[in-house]
Amino acid sequence: MPFIPHTEQEITQMLQTIGADSIEDLFDEIPTHLRAAVLSAVPTGMTEMEVSRLMRQRAEKNTKALCFLGAGAYQHHIPAAVWEITTRGEFYSAYTPYQAEASQGTLQLTYEYQSMMTALTAMDVSNASMYDGASSLAEAILMAVRANRKSKSRKILIPTTVNPVYRQTAHTIVKGQQIDLVEVPYDKATGTVTLDQIKQQAEADITAIVLQQPNFFGCLEAVDEITDWAHENNILVIAAVNPLAITVLNPPGEWGLDEASKGADIACGDGQPLGAPMSAGGPYYGLLCCKQALVRQMPGRIVGRTVDLDGKEGFVLTLQAREQHIRRSKATSNICTNQGLVVTASTIHMAIMGAKGLENTAAACHQNNNNLVVQLCAIADVKKAFAGAHFHETVLQLEVPAQQVLKALMQKGILGGFDLSLDYPELGHAILVCTTEMRNEDDIAAYAKAMQEVLAQTANNVASLQESA
Amino acid sequence: MLIFEHSSHGRNGAPQSPVEKASVSAIPESLLRKNRAALPEVSELQAVRHYTRLSQKNFSIDTQFYPLGSCTMKYNPRACNTLAMLPGFLNAHPLTPDEQNQGFLACMFDLQSMLCEATGMAAFSLAPMAGAQGEFAGVAMIDAYHKSRGDEERREILVPDAAHGTNPATAVMCGFSVKEIPTLDNGDVDLDALKQAVGPQTAGLMLTNPSTLGVFERNIEEIAKVVHQAGGLLYYDGANLNAILGKIRPGDMGFDVIHSNLHKTFSTPHGGGGPGSGAVGVAERLIPFLPLPMVTQEGEQYRYLTAKDCPQSIGRLSAFMGNPGVLLRAYIYMRFLGREGMVRVAEFATLNANYMMAEARRRGFTLAIDSRRASHEFIITLKNEARKYHVSAMDFAKRLLDLGYHAPTTYFPLLVPECLLIEPTESEAKEALDGFMDALEQIKQEAETNPEILHAAPQTLPVKRLDEVRAAKQLDLAYRGSE
Repeated sequence: MPFIPHTEQEITQMLQTIGADSIEDLFDEIPTHLRAAVLSAVPTGMTEMEVSRLMRQRAEKNTKALCFLGAGAYQHHIPAAVWEITTRGEFYSAYTPYQAEASQGTLQLTYEYQSMMTALTAMDVSNASMYDGASSLAEAILMAVRANRKSKSRKILIPTTVNPVYRQTAHTIVKGQQIDLVEVPYDKATGTVTLDQIKQQAEADITAIVLQQPNFFGCLEAVDEITDWAHENNILVIAAVNPLAITVLNPPGEWGLDEASKGADIACGDGQPLGAPMSAGGPYYGLLCCKQALVRQMPGRIVGRTVDLDGKEGFVLTLQAREQHIRRSKATSNICTNQGLVVTASTIHMAIMGAKGLENTAAACHQNNNNLVVQLCAIADVKKAFAGAHFHETVLQLEVPAQQVLKALMQKGILGGFDLSLDYPELGHAILVCTTEMRNEDDIAAYAKAMQEVLAQTANNVASLQESA
Repeated sequence: MLIFEHSSHGRNGAPQSPVEKASVSAIPESLLRKNRAALPEVSELQAVRHYTRLSQKNFSIDTQFYPLGSCTMKYNPRACNTLAMLPGFLNAHPLTPDEQNQGFLACMFDLQSMLCEATGMAAFSLAPMAGAQGEFAGVAMIDAYHKSRGDEERREILVPDAAHGTNPATAVMCGFSVKEIPTLDNGDVDLDALKQAVGPQTAGLMLTNPSTLGVFERNIEEIAKVVHQAGGLLYYDGANLNAILGKIRPGDMGFDVIHSNLHKTFSTPHGGGGPGSGAVGVAERLIPFLPLPMVTQEGEQYRYLTAKDCPQSIGRLSAFMGNPGVLLRAYIYMRFLGREGMVRVAEFATLNANYMMAEARRRGFTLAIDSRRASHEFIITLKNEARKYHVSAMDFAKRLLDLGYHAPTTYFPLLVPECLLIEPTESEAKEALDGFMDALEQIKQEAETNPEILHAAPQTLPVKRLDEVRAAKQLDLAYRGSE
């Protein structure tokens, strides 16, 4: 019996102790007419050998194409030690550290995570993580509404340069709370939001503004200027950041030039680039940080350092008075887990890489993207959509439908990027291309060559179609 | 000692990143970071040693019996991890075209189908990232369903007072008000109170069955009738699905929406507090509202369903589809079990709980509900010991740690004073159960003769009892250098 250790003799002894004739008797409080028939649509059980064969076959079916796709999930190098340690049974099969004395490993690690994340973001406080980047943005918005007591409007400005699936997720999660998510269009030349456009959307009372850095197009927002303006107008700033990018880019805690109000008020984002494999979409984790003044509005778990009876250092879950198991219907959020295991991996990842290693990785991503874009834009009919600097993603405009080009690239073993036509039809035939430190010169050259062939092929097809017409 | 305290300026020695920093001169100076983040500077070996040692400060299923009630701490088969981490899965970008992602999508489609069969629901979405998000999705669907019928007045969710704290918190997050329904001494919901409470304002009732009191709700059919007749929907909190898997299905009990904690019943690792998975299932009439994305099969091909296919969906809950790595582990576990293994899960989880309950009775403990069968868990109340010997359930819990057992859930459900909620799960052998009961009996004797041992526990762990008040008052939430 899979994972059930009982011998016949033990079953008999146990039933005797209980005073029951059979295991079936233990279910005699369930009305018999409601009892389930055989679960015929579930296959019969398998041995480990059989399951392994099935899963290996299925894993083999997935593509091995060279990945130039980003759009919220990125293929980065992860040191072998990271998941070796993370999947040790003591981390892997432990639960929420409610018994602090028996969970010092997880608790101290989480405290170290919080310390690293506040160092990285230059924010005051980090929680123990949220589900993912999109849901952490939703929680950041709910938090801003609770925290900005001077604002009555519950209006949040969200530029359309914020990842579309983040905006959709935020909408799903906050719509029950009468919160108004107001979209701000971007500047067609730069692919960023301008203060003028923001001011056009901004009525008298705005609760918060979301700024993603780098934004979904890979472009860099004018975070200092917008942060200062927001704070002058009693608007909280929610930063959505790529935590790897901010080893090179100005971190959210430093946004703004006005020393008195410096820094985003809340920072969120997806921790995936720091040690989580792409894994078809997760598990990743959402980072959530804030200024000290907002700590009691923070959702989720937080670990604090304290002392034991002997005065020895130790770690506990703290500020639990915010949480659902104490506050029930008055909790700051219904969330009761964090993405513990992924945070474990990410903490080990950050420790091994170090700030310098992460910074060099981020810079390599950026440089590779510049190289790729130069090579692709050397091809006729490929051009950059937006002027200005990028981190490691760039929007390219083509003369032919993106879907067609991406499909043809895929046949050449290139996962060529993200088709923007559904979310941003105004950009025409546009794709978002990404490079991480994993793409070397040969990979980039292979992409450029494939693109050239695909576009030449497409041009021939168009020409021959025109001729035959 | 923190990893930061192992740090030496200039040290690294991990061949993990480009040696030289590439130019970032294309980025305007004003947008660049000015000061490098103060992360630890350690060698790879120092990091490996530090985190290996930290791991050894944890109790875990792999090292200890972990009978944490309502959490279903069963064995997490190693193969589920190994196979979910095959390169074909790990290197799959979430936005890979469906045609190139068929292996993964096939697993997800099969998982949806098996969950439907195991729970008696018409359709499943794997999108929710955890139990609480599953609850959120379920209640949001109830909201969307009523609104789609123009039934705007249904603004109240009913929750039994024994429920998990997430239930009322979720209802409020979805914009509902909450009314609590009392529970009778025998563990069943107070039907008369329920009948009084329902009305045209009722959107739904959230129920855990077996309840958090560790007993099966015998009046479930009557409850379903009362709620449905009032126009409300019935929500199943799947926290305790392990107790009834393959024995009775929530769909057959009349539930309209359920969430299943795959990290409990389907054995995905708890990972020190996540990631979880709270897949949601629905009856026919709620299918249009399921959260996205989902996976469908067309001929031999699998593809994601999007907002185009499902315009009435409550929407997305995360950037991609839930926690795929967790979903894969659940899928693999279910293939191990098969239909016959699923039924055995419920049978042996129930056998173990009833055996421990009988042993507890025999050893003189007071049971919260003595007259009933246990489900997959049961409750001891230590109110008598507390009164007589001035020891608390928390003291018992801490002393158990000293004796090498993770403590059961304490002080939950809130209805039972000084309680231990004990859930052994099916994967524990009889000797583990006996060992735990011996330990509990020993502690009971210690309470009678030398309660100081309990008050002072734990003594054998890396730390003694921690000052939680200080932690909350003198907040220290991040290392700020060695001042």
